Amino acid sequence: MKTATFRIWRGDVRAGQFHDYTAEVAEGMVVLDAIHQIQAKQANDLACRWNCKAGKCGSCAAEVNGLPRLMCMTRLSDIPLDQPVTVEPMKTFPHLKDLVTDVSWNFRVKKKIHKLTPRMADAPDGTWRMAQQDIDRVQEFRKCIECFLCQDVCHVLREHRKHEEFIGPRFLAHLAGLEMHPLDTGNRLEAAKKEFGIGYCNITKCCTYVCPEEIKITDNAIIPLKERIVDEVYDPLGKLLRRLRPKA
Amino acid sequence: MPEYQTHEHDVLVIGAGGAGLRAAIEASAAGVSVGIVCKSLLGKAHTVMAEGGIAAALANVDERDNWKVHFADTMRGGQYVNNWRMAELHAKEAPDRVRELEAWGAVFDRTKDGRILQRNFGGHKYARLAHVGDRTGLEMIRTLQDHGIHQGMEVHMECTILTLLKDGDRVVGAFGYERERGRFKIFRAKAVVLATGGIGRAYKITSNSWEGTGDGHSLAYHAGAELIDMEFLQFHPTGMVWPPSVCGILVTEGVRGEGGILLNQDGRRFMFDDIPDLYKAQTADTEEEGWRYCAGDRNARRPAELLTRDHVARCIVREIKAGRGSPHGGVYLDISWIKKKIPNAAEHIKRKLPSMYHQFKQLADIDITREPMEVGPTTHYAMGGIRVDADTQMSRLPGLFAAGECASGINGANRLGGNSLSDLLVFGKRAGEFAAKFARSNKAGRVDPEQIEAAARRALEPFDHGASAGPNAEWPYQIQFDLQEMMQDLVGIVRREDEMVRALDGLHKLSERAKQVAVRGNREYNPGWHTAIDLTNLLTVSEAITRSALERKESRGAHFRDDYPNKDAASGKVNVVVWKAPDGTMQVRREPIPEMRSELKRIIDEMK
Ligand SMILES: Cc1cc2nc3c(=O)[nH]c(=O)nc-3n(C[C@H](O)[C@H](O)[C@H](O)COP(=O)(O)OP(=O)(O)OC[C@H]3O[C@@H](n4cnc5c(N)ncnc54)[C@H](O)[C@@H]3O)c2cc1C
Ligand code: SF4
Ligand code: SF4
Ligand code: FES
Repeated sequence: MKTATFRIWRGDVRAGQFHDYTAEVAEGMVVLDAIHQIQAKQANDLACRWNCKAGKCGSCAAEVNGLPRLMCMTRLSDIPLDQPVTVEPMKTFPHLKDLVTDVSWNFRVKKKIHKLTPRMADAPDGTWRMAQQDIDRVQEFRKCIECFLCQDVCHVLREHRKHEEFIGPRFLAHLAGLEMHPLDTGNRLEAAKKEFGIGYCNITKCCTYVCPEEIKITDNAIIPLKERIVDEVYDPLGKLLRRLRPKA
Repeated sequence: MPEYQTHEHDVLVIGAGGAGLRAAIEASAAGVSVGIVCKSLLGKAHTVMAEGGIAAALANVDERDNWKVHFADTMRGGQYVNNWRMAELHAKEAPDRVRELEAWGAVFDRTKDGRILQRNFGGHKYARLAHVGDRTGLEMIRTLQDHGIHQGMEVHMECTILTLLKDGDRVVGAFGYERERGRFKIFRAKAVVLATGGIGRAYKITSNSWEGTGDGHSLAYHAGAELIDMEFLQFHPTGMVWPPSVCGILVTEGVRGEGGILLNQDGRRFMFDDIPDLYKAQTADTEEEGWRYCAGDRNARRPAELLTRDHVARCIVREIKAGRGSPHGGVYLDISWIKKKIPNAAEHIKRKLPSMYHQFKQLADIDITREPMEVGPTTHYAMGGIRVDADTQMSRLPGLFAAGECASGINGANRLGGNSLSDLLVFGKRAGEFAAKFARSNKAGRVDPEQIEAAARRALEPFDHGASAGPNAEWPYQIQFDLQEMMQDLVGIVRREDEMVRALDGLHKLSERAKQVAVRGNREYNPGWHTAIDLTNLLTVSEAITRSALERKESRGAHFRDDYPNKDAASGKVNVVVWKAPDGTMQVRREPIPEMRSELKRIIDEMK
């Protein structure tokens, strides 16, 4: 049977190093299958996260040959196997063990963002009316599976470690999803600027590039948010007019 | 006793899927303190993977729908061994629970007049499933999660409960360990809600993630609660079969709801060959009528592909066994054919079934807008589970509640697609409400250090075995694989007495091996250790399934016996109940189903 070498990061908070494993390669296999095979046969204590094995839960994010990927959606047939395949944990978050990182920061960040505040119901039975075209954009953001790959590649977090000042692309998209939600009456623009550091984003689009859900984070979430902030702060007349008109 | 970190909550919810989150939200809203524990990160529970939709008689697409029709559909799907009171509450309350999600931010697909859109699904008379493309579970869990984190509940992620703590009969907390450092934790609570999901991991081919090891079933059973209907295990007819690495991954019934058809190797729509009497009146006579139904013609009846899952799965097995299967041991599921019927079919398919399109394209090199998929049955959902009171969701142990897939009753012998997500909401809410009430009216119980020490010792044993492991050591993954293989072979879709007796014997041997299971490495984030600990749960639920399946000497719904291929009227009046005797052995008994209220009977008769 065909085999391939997997160079996997092993270690914990104290120390770590790459370790080479040989795995059998069968038709249709993905990187996560190889990791599972190694876990079952050679290294029972090899730590990794996964749940759905179908790109739906966002648990299995890692860096495969240096590229941020979902391991369950990365086919072995799409990567060269004549050299070792490196598999390492995401870099933006504190390392815990092997392929597992401490992503708890993301959960704390989300809690800081003001939740949806719906407008009064449209119909006497307490329901709302929304047209499909008015929710298409919001549905795009709601496809997010919280894999945090976009957070992993954003240089503001990865290199500049601005975790205290900047919420990262995932949560800017989340915030945009709330701002553009047809039912929402809240306003998070000031917070986006002051508290959540949207100004740190210099539109490199690396986040969009890695998103497995193909969410256009930069073009559809961050840039429109930036524009709205500019309008709110520097265009008071426009702001007034928008207040009189219903939210887009 | 060593000092373990201790948490105190009025209500402890074990599980953060749809049921657990909904329970936690309700309990928090009632003003009690709530802790919620889950094995994975928040938002990754099984519920995230649900695809097709949430069943609720909103009547947005077809105004003829109402709770009575939904109730009758659910009972018919469950072959009348359901807990009718749960089916009634579920049908009545589901619409409000869905609307509530919208108020919390869920964005469902819309009808032309701007209301929640609903789609067709197997066994549902009218278009009933509220959905978001084919990622409804993601929308639901994210909505509950994003709403819940602002409600004040404390979340304990990546923490696994090992045992329930008892004070006399009453459940007063739980004991577990957190994965990151491998440290033990004590949770003291006035009421505990189990919402741990399913048991698919007892089988080799399954749509379930590593989490589906029947923990809640097993925790409750060992604590003294009863399990019911365990013989009813749903094999979803359409799982992926090729390539091997994705075998078992689900292909949503939504594909058939949107017009997908099942074909054998000869290109025949074999589902029309055998239509059960119970469904004759509701099923299309011709393929053409079936298509009109999917296209929204309200006078047409459902195509045979949308018969209930138990039946479709068996028809697929029949085709494969007769040598009419596809090259990789499945049958064909084709949605691409609708291009003959509608313009822009490819775009339509991508919009209605985006994640299926993606999944096949990326994992199987198949473009579902052009070619058929290969599919076969996959172990999917446990109808059986913890026996609870229909209204309050409390088990027979005071202070122990259960909701969602780990609880039982509503589905009877077969669950209709979409009825799980609504079940999570309806009964998650009820469990949270009544657990909070219980917590309010009862003082904290006493936690017994001996129970804790015994559980801690048991959990650490595999490390001792690992330290002294010789060449014949038993490693956790191998035992798990052997168990899955055996259950698949001997207690699968088609069952026989002799095979199940062999399975019991096999389970006994596997239990002996599991007692010796060895683990290497340390306690920090060690999946081998976790797998070793899970074995007890898998063995417990496997035994419960097998014993219950032996007890039910007839074929009904998802439970099919080769040696008793027909329905038996007397068996249709009982449920099979499993519990743990004081000597530690598993006991089984039949229990009569309570007489249905007459007005509910009337509804069923009217809808026949
Ligand atoms: C692929 C797929 C598609 C589906 N599609 C649909 C659909 O379209 N419509 C529908 O109605 N149903 C669908 N179902 C079924 C439905 O999704 C599940 O039945 C439902 O999500 C179960 O929810 P739950 O809240 O009961 O448990 P889960 O969502 O499974 O959550 C269980 C929780 O319990 C936790 N847990 C388990 N054991 C422990 C322990 N020992 N200690 C601590 N925590 C623990 C887990 O970590 C998890 O958080 C689908 C299922 C699958 C697999
Ligand atoms: S576009 Fe902005 S948020 Fe995205 S990676 Fe670049 S800097 Fe980060
Ligand atoms: S936006 Fe995309 S990359 Fe970022 S967390 Fe969500 S799914 Fe992952
Ligand atoms: S395991 Fe769920 S996204 Fe990879």
